[in-house]
Amino acid sequence: MKTKMLLAGVTAGVMFAGSVLASTLDDVRARGKLNCIINTGLAGFAAPDDKGNWTGFDVDFCRAVAAATLGDADKVNYTTATGKTRFTKLAAGEGEILSRNTTWTFSRDVDLSQTFIGVNYYDGQGFMVPKSLGVKSAKGLDGASVCIQTGTTTELNLAEYFKGNNIKYNPVPIETNAEAQELYKAGRCDVYTTDASGLYATMMSFDNPSDHMVLPEIVSKEPLGPVVRHGDDQWADIVSWVLRAMMAAEEKGITSKNVKELAAKDNKDKEINRLLGKDPLQGLSKLGLSPDWAVNVISQVGNYQESFEKHLFPLTIKRGMNALYRDGGLHYIPPIK
Amino acid sequence: MTFFSNIWRNEKSREIIVQIIVLFFLGWFISWLVMNVNANFEALGKDISFEFLFIPAGYDINQYLIDYDSRDSHLRAGIVGLLNTGLVAFFGIILATLLGIALGIIRLSKNWLASKIAYWYVEFTRNVPILLHILLWHGIIINTLPHPRKAISLGEVTFLSNRGFYIPKPLAESGIELVYLFLVVAIIFSILFAKYCKKKQDLTGIQYPVFWINFSVIFFLPLIAFFLSGMPVSLEIPALKGFNFRGGMHMSPELAALTFALGIYTAAFIAEIVRAGILAIDNGQREAAESIGLKPSKVMNLVILPQARRVIIPPLTSQYLNLTKNSSLAIAIGYMDLVATLGGISLNQTGREMETMLIVMLIYLSVSLSISALMNWYNSKVKLVGR
Repeated sequence: MKTKMLLAGVTAGVMFAGSVLASTLDDVRARGKLNCIINTGLAGFAAPDDKGNWTGFDVDFCRAVAAATLGDADKVNYTTATGKTRFTKLAAGEGEILSRNTTWTFSRDVDLSQTFIGVNYYDGQGFMVPKSLGVKSAKGLDGASVCIQTGTTTELNLAEYFKGNNIKYNPVPIETNAEAQELYKAGRCDVYTTDASGLYATMMSFDNPSDHMVLPEIVSKEPLGPVVRHGDDQWADIVSWVLRAMMAAEEKGITSKNVKELAAKDNKDKEINRLLGKDPLQGLSKLGLSPDWAVNVISQVGNYQESFEKHLFPLTIKRGMNALYRDGGLHYIPPIK
Repeated sequence: MTFFSNIWRNEKSREIIVQIIVLFFLGWFISWLVMNVNANFEALGKDISFEFLFIPAGYDINQYLIDYDSRDSHLRAGIVGLLNTGLVAFFGIILATLLGIALGIIRLSKNWLASKIAYWYVEFTRNVPILLHILLWHGIIINTLPHPRKAISLGEVTFLSNRGFYIPKPLAESGIELVYLFLVVAIIFSILFAKYCKKKQDLTGIQYPVFWINFSVIFFLPLIAFFLSGMPVSLEIPALKGFNFRGGMHMSPELAALTFALGIYTAAFIAEIVRAGILAIDNGQREAAESIGLKPSKVMNLVILPQARRVIIPPLTSQYLNLTKNSSLAIAIGYMDLVATLGGISLNQTGREMETMLIVMLIYLSVSLSISALMNWYNSKVKLVGR
């Protein structure tokens, strides 16, 4: 009885504390900075530039959310996480967003109590080999040593794919992309496998990228996207609509160059007006955002296309599945109305 | 009032009261910890469940001492990891003990050069963190040894490459039973012979070269049987096929690096323990032994070491525990030990941090306690027995 009462007391305490801390948005605003969890280093997605500033496709998304909520894309604290520590870090509240090329799967969404707010990059797992190996297909990898990043969906796909094709292999588990590169270069493994985007990023960082190739087989679906904690729908909505706003901007031809100009005038396309705060967007106040939220995002970070071309084109990654639906890709954005 | 102050003034009852208060706060603290975890889990919408142990792990492990397949459960993956931890701890402890004892004795040698080399070895090794040792050895093996296609071949049967070391694997064929039988006979004979010789020595003082006779018996008797039964052992020679060597016995670079690093690092500490143990024996013991004409090796083996052992065992136990626990750094180079399987990939695939970490901690605790118990048992055998 006593324990029960004590337990009730503690629970009540947590609930009370919970109601104080209920809004992630309030937390971020009170702090004046957004905490964002990113990759420890993956060229194109999240890597420090020569001045030591984090830059990349995933970093851009953190900046976009900061621009929408705080009005300044630079107000972001970055926390890095390996494939293994990322969910723990998010759950422990070390960041409000996990923007770290994370694959959306059922169990991660449901069992780990977190919310995937959309897909910002459609990827698939591939294999990279040195050309000197003379391998043309993943089916020819029988007996090979394969470097894998642990704590990812990659190792499950690999086990399933090789078992399904009755191929024997020797897994070499690695913690981070940087270590995997070292082992691959030293010849500890014949093959490096991860999401194809990661393979291109890794290949580009080599001295002789042309000595390596990505095999044609893509063995899995890897819809990558930002993740937030379960339970704060307002925050999840903010983050997901920031992503959609960036894509809608591409669709409507709004870029960082012309956004101020378009925001100032009355456009024929009323969707542009609603997105840029010229016409009222019903429900925006419920998200706690100011009418110029999308203008801030697009002017300071750019639209989806700009971010993609800036960070991923140098890696020779094509739009492919990541084009808008009207260009034959998979990105189809709900209307902004 | 006087009643309470009397209780407080009484030394005995005061002790009890203090202990009750401390116990209360300890219990309160522990229950607070448990409830804090529960409350936080509730806030996160998580529960505590161990069901994940029985669902298929889904990932492969590159070194397994029991059969393992990606369809096996997380529990089995954890056991595979535990056995890998055990394997590297076993090799590491053997290496560390042999090297450590040798170095400890050399360090006390009258030979200036040998003693200085042992001194520098100890000082250098124990002052560099173990993680760097592990990374160094792994780096050396991976970066200096050649690719399997250009592997260093020792007599075309043993190969060294940056994918590991390959040695021939002996395969038993029919007729091997005779060799086993002779081996058992030889061992039984040796035990009886040793007992007989000891009795004889106690009675008459006559010494036999027991070690050499027993060694010869154990070595040559099965060898004779081996030839008599027509050499019933074939060797599976590793051969380069495709990307890697197949067949034979394989030691991965990770296992090798970890064994070297743990063994060599811990040996430095053991050397110091052995040295301290030997120095703890009064010099009079040595002088007395020498004065009755014992050879230096006999002085060491029969007089000094048996006494030093009493001093050496307790700190040696903690070195063994350290080595076993340090093996969890294996994760740095991708050796699939307990932390890498259950505490690593399983944790990540299932998202059960609390549960997997609790299990891993409990396992390390029980492994360490078992080693401790074993060493304590040995200690109670060698310690000074009151007569």
